[in-house]
Amino acid sequence: MSRVQVLSVVACLAFLGWMFQLMRSRRLKEQDALVWLATGLLLLAFALKRDLIDQFGRAVGIAYSPTALLLVLVLLLMAILLHFSTVISTLTDRTVRLAQELALLRHDVEDAGPRADSQNESVVDQE
Amino acid sequence: MSSVHDQCEVGRDLVIIPAHNEQATVGQVVRRVPEHLAGAGIIVVDDGSTDATGRVAREAGSCVLSLPVNLGMGGAMQTGYLYAAKRGYDVAIQIDGDGQHDPSQAGALIDVVRSGRANMAIGSRYLAQRRKGSSFPRRLGNAFLARYLSIVTRSRITDPTSGLRAVNRRVIEFYAREYPIDYPEPEAIAVLWRNGFRVVEVPVTMRERQGGRSSIDALRACYYMIKVPLAIAVGLLRRREIDRE
Repeated sequence: MSRVQVLSVVACLAFLGWMFQLMRSRRLKEQDALVWLATGLLLLAFALKRDLIDQFGRAVGIAYSPTALLLVLVLLLMAILLHFSTVISTLTDRTVRLAQELALLRHDVEDAGPRADSQNESVVDQE
Repeated sequence: MSSVHDQCEVGRDLVIIPAHNEQATVGQVVRRVPEHLAGAGIIVVDDGSTDATGRVAREAGSCVLSLPVNLGMGGAMQTGYLYAAKRGYDVAIQIDGDGQHDPSQAGALIDVVRSGRANMAIGSRYLAQRRKGSSFPRRLGNAFLARYLSIVTRSRITDPTSGLRAVNRRVIEFYAREYPIDYPEPEAIAVLWRNGFRVVEVPVTMRERQGGRSSIDALRACYYMIKVPLAIAVGLLRRREIDRE
C-alpha cells in the first residue's frame, strides 16, 4: 500500500467514524446520513482498490482516470446538495403550516376565548 | 357582546383581507366591507406586520389572525382559507389590504360563485378597459402572464394577478390544503384549472393603491417572471390533487 493510499483509507475511516459518532449522539438523523454514508463507503472503496477508478474511467470512456474520480465526487456532492434542498423545502412547508396553525390558535384563545367564557359553552361545542 | 366579536363569525360569506404593514389603509378597507357586503364575516390576516396593522384592523371592527412570522401573500391567504374551512363558510372573498379594491365590486363576484357558474370568480381590471395606469414593464409582465395563463388553462384570463376574488366551499377546502406560497395569484388559478374547477373573470374597476408599497421591485419582478411561469408549468405536470383523495 502506498503512502497516499494509507492516508486516503485513514481519512475515509475517520470520516465514517465521525459520522457514526454524530448519529450515535443524535445530532445526525439516520435518514439524512444515508447520502453521506454512501459517499464515505464509495470513497473508501476507491482508496482500498486503486484500479477501481481506472476501471470506472475506462467503462465510461474517460482517458485520464483522476478526472473520473473528480466526476464521481462532483456527482456525489450534487446529490447531497439536492438532498439538502428537498429537506429545506419540506421544512419550509412545515414552518408555514405551523405558523398558520399558531395564528388560528392565537385567534381562538384571544378573541373567541372571552366570548365563550362570558356567554355559554355553545361556541366551544360547535368546534 | 362587543362589535369586534360580532364581526367574526356572522353570515355564510367571509371576507379575507391579507395585510402586511398596511396600517394606513387596512382600517378603511375593513370599514367599507359592511357597507357593501352586509352580514359577511371579516378576517384580516396580519402577515407578520411590524407596524400597527393588527391593532388598526381590530379597532375597525375586524377579527385578526396574527401570523408570528411573515409568510408572504400565499401563506397569509391560505391562513384565511384554513379559517374559512374550519368555520364552514360557503364563500370566501379575497380583498387586498392595500385599498386598491373597492368592496362594492365584490358582490358581483359572490353572485357568480353562488349561482354555481364558477368555482372561482376573479375581478379583472382589463375585461372592460385597456391596460393602463401602471408602469410599462409592469403592464408588459402582466400581459405576458395573462397570455401564458390563458393558453395553459385554455380559458380567457386577463388579470392573473388580481387580488379580488371569490371562491366557493369546494375551493376553500382545496386551498386550505394546497395553496402556492409566494406570488401565488397566477399559480392559484392554474392549480384550480388543473384540478377541474371552473374559473371566470368578472369586470371590475380598481383604484390606485391607497398607501403602502407594492411588494414588487425590479429585482423581484425578474424573479416573479421566472418563478411564476415555471411553477405553473411544473404544477401542470403534477398529478391532480383531487385524484389522490
